[in-house]
Amino acid sequence: MIAAGALSIGHGRTLVGQAISLEVEAGEIVCLLGPNGCGKTTLFRTLLGLIPPLAGRVLLDGRDLTTLGRSAIARRMAYVPQGHVPPFPYEVEEVVLMGRSARIGLLSAPSVLDHEVARTALARLGIGDLAGADYSRLSGGQRQLVMIARALAQEASILVMDEPTASLDFGNQARVLSRIAELAHAGGHAVLLSTHDPDQAFALEARVVLMHDGGLLADGPAGDVLTPDRLSEVYGVPVRVERTASGRHVCAPALTKAHSLGLLK
Amino acid sequence: MTGHALATARPAHRVSMLAALAMLLAAGALLALSIGPYPLAFGDVLAALAGQADAQAQLVIWNIRLPRVLGAMLVGAALAAAGASYQVMFRNPLVSPDILGVSAGAALGAVCGIFLSLPLLAVQGFAFLGGLGAVALVIFIASSVRGVDHTLALVLTGIVVGALAGAATSLLKVMADPYDQLPAITFWLLGSLANATGSDLMPVLPVVLIGLIPLILLRWRINLLALGDDEANALGVDASRLRLLVIAAATIITASVVAIAGVVGWVGLIIPHMARLLVGPSFATLLPVAAVLGAGYLLLVDTLCRTLATVEIPLGILTAIIGAPFFLWLLARGRRGYT
Repeated sequence: MIAAGALSIGHGRTLVGQAISLEVEAGEIVCLLGPNGCGKTTLFRTLLGLIPPLAGRVLLDGRDLTTLGRSAIARRMAYVPQGHVPPFPYEVEEVVLMGRSARIGLLSAPSVLDHEVARTALARLGIGDLAGADYSRLSGGQRQLVMIARALAQEASILVMDEPTASLDFGNQARVLSRIAELAHAGGHAVLLSTHDPDQAFALEARVVLMHDGGLLADGPAGDVLTPDRLSEVYGVPVRVERTASGRHVCAPALTKAHSLGLLK
Repeated sequence: MTGHALATARPAHRVSMLAALAMLLAAGALLALSIGPYPLAFGDVLAALAGQADAQAQLVIWNIRLPRVLGAMLVGAALAAAGASYQVMFRNPLVSPDILGVSAGAALGAVCGIFLSLPLLAVQGFAFLGGLGAVALVIFIASSVRGVDHTLALVLTGIVVGALAGAATSLLKVMADPYDQLPAITFWLLGSLANATGSDLMPVLPVVLIGLIPLILLRWRINLLALGDDEANALGVDASRLRLLVIAAATIITASVVAIAGVVGWVGLIIPHMARLLVGPSFATLLPVAAVLGAGYLLLVDTLCRTLATVEIPLGILTAIIGAPFFLWLLARGRRGYT
């Protein structure tokens, strides 16, 4: 669905990363992991067509991203930002309707059908009762689900999610991850998400792409990529990966004393 | 979370709200037509409008009050519509149409015209072009700034260009003839409709409409600008092109009414707030409600300006005296999104 080959990414003349090749197929969840500042956000912005690649190209359903117009891209690929607080108190349904932009004529307003699509998207995520609520007053978890609902209303097959569980409490993280898993496995969406929590990759049984210093260090099933050695190297702290009684893997960083911080680097 | 007292109105209510406000505005206009040094009963006003009153009443209504009442409503509606557009576009409820220097530029243009002792029509033309010129300069400079968020670059450049235009205006005030030109300049800078005639309004009306049409046509899509560029782009909307279009439209609207009324502050800042309070932030309903509220507000203020004292009070003084405390009250209520 989306394929990037030999990509160099960056802003203007500043190179942030290079030699990046990445593919996401329908029904697949890919977790992008990597420390702060490794280039995840720049990579996402390049994949979304918000900034041009410095070299290489991004193919969307086999077509070069740079040849597609904004609305053509939006009909194929949806961006799920972190659930932020907007400057104005839009209603939840109005926010979700904005996902219809690429399917509504330039001078038109949403039709009855568009409203129906928006409400269906909310219902699919189990938040149908929030349609009339003030989006700016929702909890972080609800806002994140509304952002995902907006992406569903966009009816794009590829979902690019920027740290969908950041700043969510424990329960909401699990709820949002469950909905994401459903979208990929039952809905056939191709999901590319960034996260700071390697445990989530295990929980989602996802493919993991590990990013470090602007390049891709490893790409494969979570169990293969997320080894103690690699995690320790990338994050700069000692990490153990353990198997729980139920058979799932969890990562446990060892807490270090202040004077030993950075020695592993 | 939906239990708070002032949930925004549902769509059906928004339409009836707009209808109610429009009727209130019509009633207010009739009232304003009847008030003045030559008081007229409602019946006389209606008769005069229908062309069936005595010659004196006909003259007062058609030549003096109607142009002024229509002018106040036009200027108020235009400034509020432009303010609503600027606030969505800059994702900031504290923005007024002056932020990109349109008023400062128009003021400089008008003051130049007065300084050169040009006729009124030329002064108005200078003001209009000055307003457009200032914003065009801001857009040009901001687009050549690299490495800064585009919106931030626009706002900062707007402040700089506005300050420069203000300095030039001050210089002209110092150099102006203190008996003849300076009072005219001061009066213009404070805003007034005292000299508005039907022939002033006629050329402005189509220009305001030219600015309003794109805003009306793009009424739904403009909401996307409130999400920020990346999100709007990812949703399939070319945010920078849309923003440029909205800036152009709102600037044409503002410059054209500032040209006939002078600098009238506060309307474009507080009226969109009131409108959001009544019908929520959705631009498709916000735009007409803000326009009607703005028309009513300036009608009220202008009627006070011409009746409160024996001399004309400049518009800008009363809009600030009424607007500033109201704005503080809005802030103190502390409702998110409205303040």
